[in-house]
Amino acid sequence: MNRIVIIGGGTGGTLVANRLRRQHRPEELEIVVVDRDDRHVYQPGLLFVPFGIDRPEGIVRSRSAQLHDGIGFRTADVDRVDVEANAVRLADGDSLEYDALVVASGASLLYEETEGLRGPGWGESVFSFYSVQDAAALRAALAEFDRGHLVVNLVDMPIKCPVAPLEFCFLADWFFRERGVRDQIEITYATPLDAAFTKPVAAEHLGGMLAEREIRLEAEFATGRVDGGERRLISWDEREIPFDLAVVVPLHGGSPFIARSAGLGDELGFVAVDIHTLQSRAAPNVFAIGDAASLPTSKAGSATHFEAETLCSNLARFLAQEELRGSYDGHVNCFIESGFHRALLIDFNYEVEPLPGRYPGAHVGPLSLLRESRLNHLGKLAFEPLYWHVLLPGRGIPGVGSEMSTAGKQAALNQGGNR
Amino acid sequence: MSTMTYAGAPVDVDAEGFMTDPAQWNEQVAAEIAAEAGIGELTDRHWLVVNFMRNAYLESGSAPSIRTLGKASGVPIKKLYQLFPKGPAKLAAKIAGIPKPRGCI
Repeated sequence: MNRIVIIGGGTGGTLVANRLRRQHRPEELEIVVVDRDDRHVYQPGLLFVPFGIDRPEGIVRSRSAQLHDGIGFRTADVDRVDVEANAVRLADGDSLEYDALVVASGASLLYEETEGLRGPGWGESVFSFYSVQDAAALRAALAEFDRGHLVVNLVDMPIKCPVAPLEFCFLADWFFRERGVRDQIEITYATPLDAAFTKPVAAEHLGGMLAEREIRLEAEFATGRVDGGERRLISWDEREIPFDLAVVVPLHGGSPFIARSAGLGDELGFVAVDIHTLQSRAAPNVFAIGDAASLPTSKAGSATHFEAETLCSNLARFLAQEELRGSYDGHVNCFIESGFHRALLIDFNYEVEPLPGRYPGAHVGPLSLLRESRLNHLGKLAFEPLYWHVLLPGRGIPGVGSEMSTAGKQAALNQGGNR
Repeated sequence: MSTMTYAGAPVDVDAEGFMTDPAQWNEQVAAEIAAEAGIGELTDRHWLVVNFMRNAYLESGSAPSIRTLGKASGVPIKKLYQLFPKGPAKLAAKIAGIPKPRGCI
């Protein structure tokens, strides 16, 4: 009997474990998931917590309860992966030996890599929203904020859900307007990118949406340090942005055990994998999925969901000593909340940038790509129950294929790749 | 896509002036692109970064970001901004004759 160990019981780990359990009989395959705690956070909800739309505890459930029967769950910190010995060394001294390993340990928030970020002013004028605790603290601060300069900043890519800081700006604009204080508040979006987003067509569209909402775009701002005492962000090239309230998305890196595992990670601690097969460069029986993998696509749940299909079939092929298939194409799609009960949807992959059109059905939709609509917003809201009850259990979402389609997109597809 | 003349030879560049064919690059081309960008003389420190960028691109197929550059090149980010003002990763990529680094998304 083969044993698969999965590090991480978040979106990727849970969905892979559940899919594998449905595909393989328990007497053929043992599946063990290891995670440091039993708290599975519905991460898209973190965006809504600061605005009082979701409750902090409402977006957390038990990890083990999301796993099908016949899947082992172990709570422990991982010290390192011993690739040579095919074993995961746990911090408590135990080891989990594997025939194949899936690293699904997500991304870590590296606050300490930005000078001053959690120094003076942290929790008073400097906040973040990428953890339940941070989002809850920001919620209290926003409820009282009624005048001054709000600066939303992402320190550098890659980050989870790269559109989230923009959505935060849109929702803040809406939140302050609803409360009648928008004219006393200035909003600035400070990004190290040279535009609102990385992909040209979407960047132009999203940049226009910032301008319409009178949100100032400060591009090419690479945050060097945060001075919460004097309330200013200082860039590496000595530009300064004063603020009354700063919302800073910290640098991301891989889970710390990856750096302790010889040969497993890249310089940021993400697992170096083949971008189409998801097989690790460190060893043929090691795979990675989702935010933990070093892939040139968004770190997002939808990408993870699309990767899972490739990963599960390649794991089965590996165990059967068959050749892997490089079927993952970088496909990702995301809803972008724009406030006032509206949202956009974007859909793209390694080669094709987000374009206007309809989704998931070409021409018929019902969702619109790269255009604000109420239905897209309802789609985003409807996603939470789908996440817990359809996506995590490992069922497919009807009409939503893993490979990206260009049908129905208004496209200059001859533009070539956009990497 | 257009063509520039560097070091007496035609060189293909994109709309932002990044070379599209790394094989057309040589050290004299690098020096002329640097001069155009306001860097009078390429010091050993400059070359260390330029060569790091170029080798990383030729190995991995993508240009390193400023974070990777700061972590792996041995030159701290603060210093990188002094060597290559405004956008070190972008400017060093341009001088190294490789495509513009994209913040992977």
